[in-house]
Amino acid sequence: MAIIEVNGLSKSYRVYQKPEGLLASFRGLFHRTYRDVRAVREIDLEVRQGEFVAFLGPNGAGKTTTLKLLSGVINPTSGSARVMGHVPWRRENAYRRRFALVMGQKNQLWWDLPAIESFRLHQRIYGVEPAAFHRNCDELTELLDIRPLLHQPVRELSLGERMKMELTAALLHAPDVLFLDEPTIGLDVVAQHQIQTFFRHYQEQRRITILLTSHYMKDVAALCRRVVIIARGRIQYDGSLAGIIDRFSGSKIVTFQFAEGQSAGDLSAYGEIVELREPKARLRIARNEVPRALAKVLASHAVADVSVEDPPLEEVIADLFTQVNGRPAEPDRGDAVGEPMDEVGGVVP
Amino acid sequence: MIARVRVWWTILRIALEDRLVYRGDFALGTLMRFLPIITQIFLWSAIFDALDRGPAGPSRIVGYQFEDMVAYYLLTMLARAFSSMPGLASGIALQIRNGEIKRFLVQPVDLLGFLLLTRVAHKLAYYSVAVGPFALVFFLCRGYFVHGWPDASTIGLFALSLVLSFLLGFFLEACIGLMGFWLLEVGSLLFIYMLLSFFLSGHMFPLDMLPHPWRELVDLLPLKYLAYFPAAVFLDKLGSDEIARGVVVQCVWLAVFIVASRIAFRRGIRRYSAFGG
Repeated sequence: MAIIEVNGLSKSYRVYQKPEGLLASFRGLFHRTYRDVRAVREIDLEVRQGEFVAFLGPNGAGKTTTLKLLSGVINPTSGSARVMGHVPWRRENAYRRRFALVMGQKNQLWWDLPAIESFRLHQRIYGVEPAAFHRNCDELTELLDIRPLLHQPVRELSLGERMKMELTAALLHAPDVLFLDEPTIGLDVVAQHQIQTFFRHYQEQRRITILLTSHYMKDVAALCRRVVIIARGRIQYDGSLAGIIDRFSGSKIVTFQFAEGQSAGDLSAYGEIVELREPKARLRIARNEVPRALAKVLASHAVADVSVEDPPLEEVIADLFTQVNGRPAEPDRGDAVGEPMDEVGGVVP
Repeated sequence: MIARVRVWWTILRIALEDRLVYRGDFALGTLMRFLPIITQIFLWSAIFDALDRGPAGPSRIVGYQFEDMVAYYLLTMLARAFSSMPGLASGIALQIRNGEIKRFLVQPVDLLGFLLLTRVAHKLAYYSVAVGPFALVFFLCRGYFVHGWPDASTIGLFALSLVLSFLLGFFLEACIGLMGFWLLEVGSLLFIYMLLSFFLSGHMFPLDMLPHPWRELVDLLPLKYLAYFPAAVFLDKLGSDEIARGVVVQCVWLAVFIVASRIAFRRGIRRYSAFGG
């Protein structure tokens, strides 16, 4: 049974357009021009209970907007969504007690107090029974290895420790659905790894439904079987991680290790040369050309070793984003909600 | 219901703890409250001195002699300690601007209730520290209360008017803060409010000094309940029917601002959800 059902969901923002300059600023006091930015466009999605789904996409693609719609922070322009039978933007308490939203850069703990105090408040707000509270709190702080830090003011914790506290706070009421927006942003490799391990373990045990957005392919590869790629507000792909390569990568990386004394010669006829350091050569060869190219090179050269690999996933996805966007993926800009992706009745930038 | 009271109690307790973290800032803030009143007392002392030297002898200004004036300022200071809400409106506007307000959309907790409880905690923390200095100042100035201390029922009414002034001050400033949904920045609005409040709440001078049409006008506004009204009750300036009418008007204004803040929050959230988030 689907726990999340989304049909034709769209969200447009109105964005104030301010031309450059002081004069324009004064003009803006009296007359403002706005532009509609369509952040999410007619998305259909179905998530079953217990799935761990990753949202991938360039900044401003509509990932965060989708999570905000599903957690009821914003209302849609059109379309419908149901999460556990509730319409999220009605914000009924019965729904709000059953999910949690964690945003990597937002802090909901009391800054000057030990985290345990914020946990107590969450316990009351969500009406968690004392026994369940202690059980959950113990389990979470044990798994995340933060038990000794519970009585230390939050402001004195490191970024990674604070994120773990945020996660604990978000999970104290044992939500059935969890929305994670860039949970590992800005964390070091160790903390990232710990949090990944935690999610894997926790999700396996509890079979809760998780929607994750992340820029780190490692997060996604480690955690999610299902990947949804969003770009320009639309779903471009919905399937397994491995399927992305099959579907979007038309080439393979072939590495030849030539025998001693054998020169590589001119290999460019077979494909694009990625790296040539004799006696080793790496070539990118169109997938349907691979058997023929292999046969020819093996016939004409003395080859000691050969390997055929898929191109790295990051590369495939970056290419995909570039294709879809019509421009290279931009550097990280954080919570890019209303980044102009498309206009209604305007000029495409 | 019990669960709800538990939530309230926890919010109150945690906010109180939070308030007590920065001891130095807190103590300094408490003491600084006494400074403005000293300048007021000097000013009125000079005014009365000048008048006293005149031919008419010891003088009164609209029924106030110097001692009454000092007592009045001490009492408005006490009332302001209940009705002023430092950082409330600007804090709400900031939460709207930086998106922290989301928390109250995602979690099953009411923004206004949460803010009210944290504000009660602020005030309790403040009073627990300020009670010493306040008691000392009132003790040192006991000579200025020339009519002696009022009877128990007046003290009771005084306490009621203080509690109502706290609630009125809270919901009034909450409304200003919630305008942040439309304006984003409420600094100027808050400044206008502070300015009006300074003159029309009785903070600057006793409101019964105002001439004819202004006095009646000010009587209808909510601001006088933030400072003047409690002080006038204590000093026995009002007849029992005036007090009764005052309490009713204060309650009406309180109801108006409670409803207004609810509407502003609901509409603001609708706007926020539609345009921003």
